[in-house]
This record gives sequence, C-alpha cells and structure tokens, in this order.
Amino acid sequence: MIGHPQAAEIFNEDEERVNWHDKSLWGVRQKRDNVASKVKGWEELRELASEIKAHTLSKLDEYLIQFEIQAKKNRAIVHWATNAEEHNKIVYKILNEHNAKNVVKSKSMLTEECGLNHYLGKKEIDIVDTDLGERIVQLAKEPPSHIVMPAIHKKREEIDELFHQHLKTELSGGDEVYLAREARKHLRQKFLNADAAITGVNFAVAETGIIVVCTNEGNADMGVHSTKLHIACMGIEKLVPKLEHLGIFLRLLARSATGQPITAYTSHFRSPKKGNDFHIVIVDNGRSNHLGMPDFRNSLRCIRCGACMNTCPVYRRSGGHSYNATVPGPIGSILSPGFDLSKYSSLPFASSLCGSCSNVCPVKIDIHPQLYKWRQVITEKSHKDRIKNIVIFISSRIFSKPSAFKLCSKFGNLSLRLLPQSITNSLVKGWTKHRMLPKVPENTFTEWYKKNRML
Amino acid sequence: MTIGLFIPCYVNQFYPNVAIASLELLEKQGLKVEYPLNQTCCGQPIANSGFEKSAIETYNLFVKIFHHFDYIVSPSGSCVYHVKKHFNIINQSDEVTHVRSRIYEISEFLVDVLGKENFNSYFPHRVGLHQSCHGLRGLNLGKPSEIMGEEYSVIKKLLGNVKGIELVTLDREDECCGFGGSFAVTEEAVSVKMGIDRINDHIKHNAEVITATDMSCLMHLEGIIRKRNLLVKVKHLVEILNSTN
Repeated sequence: MIGHPQAAEIFNEDEERVNWHDKSLWGVRQKRDNVASKVKGWEELRELASEIKAHTLSKLDEYLIQFEIQAKKNRAIVHWATNAEEHNKIVYKILNEHNAKNVVKSKSMLTEECGLNHYLGKKEIDIVDTDLGERIVQLAKEPPSHIVMPAIHKKREEIDELFHQHLKTELSGGDEVYLAREARKHLRQKFLNADAAITGVNFAVAETGIIVVCTNEGNADMGVHSTKLHIACMGIEKLVPKLEHLGIFLRLLARSATGQPITAYTSHFRSPKKGNDFHIVIVDNGRSNHLGMPDFRNSLRCIRCGACMNTCPVYRRSGGHSYNATVPGPIGSILSPGFDLSKYSSLPFASSLCGSCSNVCPVKIDIHPQLYKWRQVITEKSHKDRIKNIVIFISSRIFSKPSAFKLCSKFGNLSLRLLPQSITNSLVKGWTKHRMLPKVPENTFTEWYKKNRML
Repeated sequence: MTIGLFIPCYVNQFYPNVAIASLELLEKQGLKVEYPLNQTCCGQPIANSGFEKSAIETYNLFVKIFHHFDYIVSPSGSCVYHVKKHFNIINQSDEVTHVRSRIYEISEFLVDVLGKENFNSYFPHRVGLHQSCHGLRGLNLGKPSEIMGEEYSVIKKLLGNVKGIELVTLDREDECCGFGGSFAVTEEAVSVKMGIDRINDHIKHNAEVITATDMSCLMHLEGIIRKRNLLVKVKHLVEILNSTN
C-alpha cells in the first residue's frame, strides 16, 4: 500500500484535473462562507454545538441506554455491534430472516466503514446505493472520495461513459439533466423491486429514541416507504441528548457541508408502520477506544459535514482517494490513526497545519492540533523511517548546542555558496525538483551584527 | 525596556536583510534591542515532524537565552506561535511562562504593545499580502476568512499606512502557500502545487511583490518563482515597513 505522498504525487500528474478538483471544492467552501455569514451568531452556534457534543460524549453510556429504552418503546428493535464484522452479521441475519434479496441503501459512511456492500455481495444480496453520487462510485467500483459528495472526483463526461456502460444510456457528452433523469429511472426501478431499506443515521435523539436522516434526494424516505423492513445503522457517537438540541445541529450541518440552509429532506424515523419492521444497529467499531484517548476523543464530535475537506488545501489538491481511508481529509487523518496506526501513519503528516479545518468545523474539533499530536504518537511508535529519525535527532542535538549549531550552519551556508548548484540541488532533492534553494548572501545576519553593532 | 531579537535560523543564514530591517525598525522606535549570539532555533522543525521530545533541549536553551528580556520579538509568526503554543511540554517555570507570554511577532508588537502603526514607510509598488497561516490563525493577526464576524487585520493596518503602496485583492485571501516545514519535502507534489497556485493568484492580480509575516512561506514561494523565472518578487513585511523615501 502506498502512503499519502505517493498517491498525491500520482494525482498531481494531471494538473488540469487538480485545478478542476480544487476549484469545485473551493466553490463549496465559498458557498459555506456565504450562507454562514447570513446566520446571526454563527460562531456562538458552533460553540453551542461543540459543548453539546462534548457533554454527550462525557455521558455517552447513559445516553446510549436512554436511547435504547426509548427506541424500544417506539417499537424499534435495537442491536449492538462491537465491530464491523458483528455489524455485518447482524444486518445479514435480519435480511435473511425477512428473506430480503434486494436491498436499497441510502448514504451511510458507517456501512462503508464496515464493508457491508462487499459482505452482502458475497451472500448474493443485491445491495444498491441510492444516493446518486454513491451509485456512481458503486458502478465504478470505487470507494467514495468525499463523505458528502462521494463522486466529486468524477467529471460529467466520465459519468456519462459509466452510465452508458452500466445503464445502457446514450452517450450525451455529459448532459447533466439527461444523466440525472436516467439515474432516476434506474433507481426508481430498484426502489420498486426492493425488499428492504438500509439507511445511515445523522442524529439519534436519546430523549425520544428517534433517528434523523438528512438527504437531498429523498432516497432514504423512498427506500423506507417502499419496503417493509428498515435497518438503520449508526455509530455510537451519533447521539444528541434532546430533541431541542437537534435544531442547533441542523442549522450547522447543511450550511457547513454544501452551503445550503438545510438539506431538502430531514426525515425523522420513530416507529415502524403496522406490519413493518424497524431495526437500529448501534456500532462501536473502535469508537469507545478512541473515546478513551484524552488527546483525541473530541474528534468523535464530528457530524460528518465534510467542511474540513472542502477547505483543506491539501485535500483539494490530492483528492479523497489519496487518503485510502473511509473518511478522508483532515478529520479522516485524525480519526483513522485511532483505528489502525500503522496503516494510516502517513495521514497526520498530509497537512501543512494551516488550521483552516479547525476554523470551519461546525463542532469546533481542534483538528490541526490533533494532527500535530498524532505525529508525536506515530514517531514514537514507529521506527520504520530510521534515517529521518536520525536526521531529526542530529538536528535536535545541533539546535540545542549553540557552538555545534554555528559550525554546522556555517558549513551549510558555505557549501551552498561554493558548491556547483547541481550538487547542492541533488543534496536537497525533495526541495529542489521544483524549487530553487535560496541565494546565499555574503554575510549572515550574525556576521553583520558583529560588524555593525558590536564594535 | 530591553528587547531580545529572535531571528529564525534560516533567516540568519539566507535572509539577513529581513533581520536587519527588523532590528532597525525596532531601534527607530527608540528601543534597546539585543541579538543574543548564542541563539539557535525555536525547535519547530523537529517538533512538527513528530519529534517534539527531541526538541526539549532546544526549548530549554531558547528559554535560557531569552528569559531575561522584557520582550522577545521576532519577524516570524510561525516561530512565535510555536513558542507560545508548544513550549507546554517543558516544566512551566517562571522563566518559561515569561518567555511564552512576552514573545511577539514583530507587527503585533509594534501595533499592540507599542501602539505604533505608521513608520513613514515608502514603497511604491503593487503588493499582494500572503497571510501566513500561523500568524493569521495561530496568533490572530487578522480575521481568517472561515470565521464569521468583524473584519480586522494588524498587517493590513500597517500596510495601509505605507506611502505609495497599492495593495491588491487576491481571489483567495488566506489560502496556505504549502510550505509547512518538513511537509514541503515529504509532501513535495502538493506543497509545490499549493505554492504555484498561491503565486498565480498574485500574478493574476498584477502584484509586483508578495509580502508575508513569515519568511519561510516566502522562501518556498521564491524557490518556485526563481525555478520558473517568474517576475514577481518576495519581500518580508518588515522590509516594506523599513523602506523609506
């Protein structure tokens, strides 16, 4: 498996695509700024949301139990899964009991995280992602590259080609109206034939036992209303204590995500219709372990808006797939190492630590300080990059001893001045492939200072 | 009042003019300024690479050298931010807390501590302001574009008082330049692309000069500018403020 720098370098081979990708996402960031600026007290709203989430996480066990009790009162059947495997088994068991072979799913990053599609595929269940972007990447056999806009990396012309191949559409040169209509026809048929619907969960309310799903396409509702079985899959961190808290998050979520005031559909699911079944699968999969890490626990406040991806200058120029994680971008880079430190060890370094992510985060997660902290954890635990380790160790010796520092920097400076540029350039390859080294002046400031101020 | 001047290692080596401009600018305000010769580094390059424990000796040396000054001033928002934010891992003695609370990025020192905003500077050029991230988002030298609320900027205030200057408006007012310390080398492709985009934003708006509060951003951008033989120049903010007619 290649790390982020290598994947990003491959992505950057096509500069035009990088520009296009960067511009698309920057456009979303601008929409977010515009709509956020119209909300009086935006910063106070972020603070409030952040505090509610911090409180919820501090009493998560209590709220989870309260939620379960309320959900059962609402005639939902509640399941608990400690990990991805358990989650998949539970979902399969429910489907099997209902003899469901055709399943429509609305967007759920949790099922993506658990590899549910792959698992059910092996059991010969036809599972169709019904969110348009998700369906596009499903047809392309790719993971989503963004948690809110899963196919943001695909150009219209590529989708045209994909639909032509899989849905037998006419090649339209990327006509978005035509493609959307064809997708609608295709998905409508899937809804009509479905035996069960799986949805994700944006928020679960402990007080009332309801779950809330936000979509723009109404596909969660379409699925639930056209089948007799609804399975909702949620991570343990999706809770808010009370219904009255929901408004705070709904005001922040869509504005932060896409610059809309609110998603087209905000669906509250409480109880199944008579004769129908409603299951809720509550999944841990490493989350409680993450909650146990004081430096990193507040990343579980995340409401999955994707704003940190849209604003991240690195994400925009490396693409979501370069992170090779279910959740890419800045938030993914602080969540993923908690699940698998060695697999995701390059991610906390895929940042210039500019801090823009922390500023857009609607729940005020200190994303870039956590990136910094993960770096410390990773270097302590991994000895893979020994050479870098040694270089850093030596430089720390030099910086902590004035005399050694002077000698070395003098030498470094001299070598830049005296050696042919070709040699010095190759010494510092990583810098000089696309950049010149600074010109070396006659005197350092120290030399100047001695001459001009210490006579 | 005695000021300790902290000059980042690479500025001392490669950009002595930035250090000279900082010193002169402070001296012109009638301040007593000392440049301790045994200073090395704030430790940021080591710590940002994930080796902050190896930086502890460097932190202790920094405190030893600078704790007896009334203020410590530096032409680098990034180094100042590092001292303020990340010297938290050493024992918080009186010396350490003194250094962490009395260290200032130079423009912040001029405006907020001395209350001076006009230095009779003269710089008749079209200038684009690259807002270095650590100064902007770390030291709050201005309002970052992500945050909603009243606009303010210490740097724009200072540049606004420079005679002859024409400040250009960029498409992206505070996008990162892509330097990021070791990031510039370990994530070379993205770092360089970020730099190119930042430069192009300035060129598109006919800036003759890119200025910033951090020479590290400008060293990275200048490296790309020179490699590509572009015409735009880089100048640290203090070089502009210290230019007179």
